[in-house]
Amino acid sequence: MEELTLAQALANLSDLAPEIWQASLETGLMLAIGLTAAILLGGPLGVLLYLTQPGQLFAHRTVNGVLGWLVNLVRSFPFIILMVSLVPLTRVLVGSTIGPIAAAVPLSFAAIPYFARLVEQTLREIPRGVVEAAEAMGASPAQIIVKVLINEARAGLISSLTILTISFLSYSAVAGVVGGGGIGDLAIRYGYYRFQSEVMIAMVLLLVVIVQLIQFAGNRLAARLDKR
Amino acid sequence: MIHLKNVHKRFQKPEGGWFDAVRDTSLHIRAGEIFGLIGFSGAGKSTLLRLINLLERPDSGSVTVDGQQLTALSASALRRARQNIGMVFQQFNLMANRTVADNIAFPLEIAGWQQADIDARVAECLDIVGLTDRAQHYPAQLSGGQKQRVGIARALAPRPHVILADEPTSALDPKTTQSILDCLQDINTRFGVTVVIVTHEMHVIRSICHRAALLDAGEVVEILTVQDKQVSAQSALAKSLLEVA
Repeated sequence: MEELTLAQALANLSDLAPEIWQASLETGLMLAIGLTAAILLGGPLGVLLYLTQPGQLFAHRTVNGVLGWLVNLVRSFPFIILMVSLVPLTRVLVGSTIGPIAAAVPLSFAAIPYFARLVEQTLREIPRGVVEAAEAMGASPAQIIVKVLINEARAGLISSLTILTISFLSYSAVAGVVGGGGIGDLAIRYGYYRFQSEVMIAMVLLLVVIVQLIQFAGNRLAARLDKR
Repeated sequence: MIHLKNVHKRFQKPEGGWFDAVRDTSLHIRAGEIFGLIGFSGAGKSTLLRLINLLERPDSGSVTVDGQQLTALSASALRRARQNIGMVFQQFNLMANRTVADNIAFPLEIAGWQQADIDARVAECLDIVGLTDRAQHYPAQLSGGQKQRVGIARALAPRPHVILADEPTSALDPKTTQSILDCLQDINTRFGVTVVIVTHEMHVIRSICHRAALLDAGEVVEILTVQDKQVSAQSALAKSLLEVA
């Protein structure tokens, strides 16, 4: 391998600019789908996990046990194995097993129980007495969930979502390698297989910047929402 | 107003076995009175209070409030009935992410009031408890006494006939305690709201109650009457409590 000057490296990267942009969009798409699934399905699952605990509104030992077991089951899978095992499901749902949308299937699958646990943990921090006060005032379970639990836990939920987003940014890189595309995939294809270290370094730096931005935005929003 | 008929409540102990918190107790609380529930820790006074709005459901017996037998109601009918029974807590139990005004508005929101009516009623209640200038503050920015005033305003907002107060002054200093008791008494005299108050201090009974039930080991030992801030009592337990106070 010939000696690489900084100028040469930058020139290479600028030639790759359209691909880097494309990869960023793919990563964004994978994350958007995975996080949406996590919020829409994992959120309610987390609320249910919390509410079926002993002493809570819908305390139910069996339901809580089964849900908790399922969540642990999915979370036990190393992500790469989960991806491979979900290939048939992905083919049925998306019609293909490559590309960011196909990769979003196992990502969503992993994100749902992950977020459910985070939501459950966050809700546990709400004092029981606040929920009890709402019950005493005649609030319905739906009103308690929306107006009390979610509203009181909102800052913690944003922090949870921040953690989830950052974790899944790196999961999406793994998904990329098995045909999903995205920033991680680009880093591997150029940086590793073609020995273009500057691409690898640039992609890692890009991810570092994205992670810092997500954490910063998450912290700011959580602090603004937290009136405790 | 409030009729408890042979209510019994027991809890399972963590180490197994059962604990009878309230034993086959009957109690009649009249409309418009301030009624105390007094006793030592573990006497069953908080459980008895929580049986009135069915936060605890009795294992046997019946609870009737305002002519409605709560123990016979469906879940949704019970929710409507509870909107007529305010509750004030020792730890205030305010929602930290809602402003003072929005905390007071909460019971009205869930009862389906129109926004304009809510705003008017919240302003009224803020005025009653003297917190108009704190409307847009959050609970974390208030003192303990102010938080309890918000708790009282919240309980009062839906114009309930009954307010249940579970040790409302136990987390407060003596001076603040008196102002909260005055506030409850004021509400009782101005609006005729029946108040049931749990306490372990004879001082609270003497200063605002008309009558009180002295509880021990889940049973009513004696009904105390208060006249001109003097408590008349027969039982040895009541006398010992009067001596400490």
